[in-house]
Amino acid sequence: MADTLDFELVSPAKLLVSEPVSMVVVPGTEGNFGALPQHAPMLSTVRPGVIDVYKNGQVAKRIFVAGGFAEVTETRCTVLAEEAHDLSTLTRESVDARIQAAKDALQEADSASEKAAATSKLKVAEAMLAAIA
Amino acid sequence: MASLKDLRVRINSVKNTRKITSAMKMVAASKLRRAQEAAEAGRPYAVRMERMLGNLASSVVGTAGAPKLLAGTGKSDVHLIVVMTADRGLCGGFNTNVVRSARQLIRELEAEGKTVKLLCVGRKGRDQLKRDHADKIVQSYEGLARKGADFGNADMVAQKILADFDAGAFDVCTLVYNKFQSAIAQITTRQQIVPFPVPAVTAEANAAPKALYEYEPSEEGILTDLLPKNVAMQVYSSMLENDASEQGARMSAMDNATRNAGDMIKKLTLVYNRTRQAMITKELIEIISGAEAL
Repeated sequence: MADTLDFELVSPAKLLVSEPVSMVVVPGTEGNFGALPQHAPMLSTVRPGVIDVYKNGQVAKRIFVAGGFAEVTETRCTVLAEEAHDLSTLTRESVDARIQAAKDALQEADSASEKAAATSKLKVAEAMLAAIA
Repeated sequence: MASLKDLRVRINSVKNTRKITSAMKMVAASKLRRAQEAAEAGRPYAVRMERMLGNLASSVVGTAGAPKLLAGTGKSDVHLIVVMTADRGLCGGFNTNVVRSARQLIRELEAEGKTVKLLCVGRKGRDQLKRDHADKIVQSYEGLARKGADFGNADMVAQKILADFDAGAFDVCTLVYNKFQSAIAQITTRQQIVPFPVPAVTAEANAAPKALYEYEPSEEGILTDLLPKNVAMQVYSSMLENDASEQGARMSAMDNATRNAGDMIKKLTLVYNRTRQAMITKELIEIISGAEAL
């Protein structure tokens, strides 16, 4: 039995991570789930949150994703993120600026679709804040 | 025979043209690098999304209640062709190739008795298609790729496509764009995005036990989320490819133009010098024969 699974994290902009890992914890819409090798195949939507990448029983990487999809099979775990940042690259100021921008957008939104877009932006930014806090 | 002055003016004007084309080549080359990186970086996402959707689709397709974006409307009477071109010319056969492929597709579809609608992204495509297919253009966008491909813009185009689909304005949607291969090779590609083309089941995949996925929150939930996103993503990745192709095409076109201008300058300079020498010789002969006559 293989003791690693291939973890891939891609955003529309680029392929961020592609490496064998021992476990990943993905923030699914219906709760976090951990994916180990030999996991039953599943597809899930991902909510804004932090992906923990485990290697040799330790957290090797923490990556913030702003929602997307995750596909888990027995040998690999693929996360399609709309946006992804390594947690160490996020700073308090940039996140605060994002929240402010989202709040401004919400204030100025006049159509329902604009409002929905701004609300989801704000949610992402707040999740970001929670992630670095 | 052109006078010396004419030749001088001509040489200077070609030199200026060469300066312009070589500057454009340089600009295209630096833009190409960025666009190429973006296109290549964007590919993994599109590929994986297609794979994920392919897996999902092959397990859902055929069942009743499959989303329309996947199963189609059940007919293929009205085709929407999204023609992706550049806003600017001077990039060799880039725009023409896309338009030619689109025209051919229109002819093929009309021969089968289908109705064709066009959605033009990029000014050049619209301008060229306006001549003989003006009545088919439902919408055109321009200036979207001014600062390179942008997901927001792609999403806007995708929303328009999806809204039209929901309204029942068309049954099948195909993208026509240039896939970037290298600075000198771009492949004109047609890609069907609506309904999502379910990959043909290969013998190998058929033999392997089918992976049964678990879905969170639900099969339908994921599909209704994933399918529109896939349309946006495919539009976006074709924009990225197109952007890189445009810069590549422009770079090689301008490289050719610069080289041609160089050749022309060489030829003109040769003619210029010959004419100049002939005139000097003529003057000398005149002086000598004048002196002899005395």
